[in-house]
Amino acid sequence: MTDAEQLALARQFIAVIPHARALGMEVEEMGQGRAVLSMPWAPELVGDPSTGVIHGGAVSALMDTCAGAAVMAHPNVTQVTATIDLRIEYMRAAQPGQRIRAEAVCHHVTRSVAFVRATATDDDRARPVATATGAFTAGGASEVPALSASPEEGGA
Amino acid sequence: MSRPRPEPVQVIKSRRDAALAALVEGVPYIGFLGLRFDRRGDELTAIMPFDDKLIGNPMLPAIHGGVTAAFLETAAIVELAWSLMWEEIEAAGGPAPEAVALPRLPKTIDFTVDFLRSGLPRDAYARARVNRSGRRYASVHVEAWQDNRAKLFAQATGHFLMPERA
Repeated sequence: MTDAEQLALARQFIAVIPHARALGMEVEEMGQGRAVLSMPWAPELVGDPSTGVIHGGAVSALMDTCAGAAVMAHPNVTQVTATIDLRIEYMRAAQPGQRIRAEAVCHHVTRSVAFVRATATDDDRARPVATATGAFTAGGASEVPALSASPEEGGA
Repeated sequence: MSRPRPEPVQVIKSRRDAALAALVEGVPYIGFLGLRFDRRGDELTAIMPFDDKLIGNPMLPAIHGGVTAAFLETAAIVELAWSLMWEEIEAAGGPAPEAVALPRLPKTIDFTVDFLRSGLPRDAYARARVNRSGRRYASVHVEAWQDNRAKLFAQATGHFLMPERA
């Protein structure tokens, strides 16, 4: 698959994720274990009303989606992935009104786990807003906790 | 020795509820996710009613991992801010509900989420515990579950920078 084909596929994939749509996420680049996603600042995403700064949770959602996209863009991964663990460090407040851009690299994949590093920036690309590291499922769906949950496990 | 007559329970409740409402309703993102906070004394339970826009995997379907992370982080911040407000709310005699000043919110330094099972298309609940609350830093742990309290679907630990004291 060419990078252009993969990008088109990724855009389709993100477009059917309801929460990615709710946040207005867009795929900017995708291919070879790397993904770049962005989303606009919006008043309903503000976490601190005294400053207008976007909530860390919204940045987490972008980073998580971007990291997952990077895993799926890795040539050795064929299945849908799920997050096992995600750690985010917030370096500074994102500038209100500016787009948030996340770039994730899936730097290592084993038979069952993919490891990812991600960085989020606003218009000032030199000073990251946040960084993240995560472990994601890769293949072996039956052993994967996040994919094994079935409705009968809980009961309403 | 006689102690002053305690305030009527409705007065105390309405003061606490007003302070909590002011804290929660002041944050637009809490409204975006549709979160509510249930209060029993000083104990808070964050509730995230299921909504289609929270879905991250439409095939299963499952709640978006980022939503789960955001839910836990919000539960942690609100718990921490609430614990900072509590003393003032409970001050002798108690201020009028509208007089309780909103604290500047703590800022997240880092947040680590452990995804234990997929978030089902159901309501989710979370409770946070402030393990350490210092002058500058705080450490908060939070647990989230859906149908069964004992079966967590996610847990997280975060460090927070305390707001400057007014």
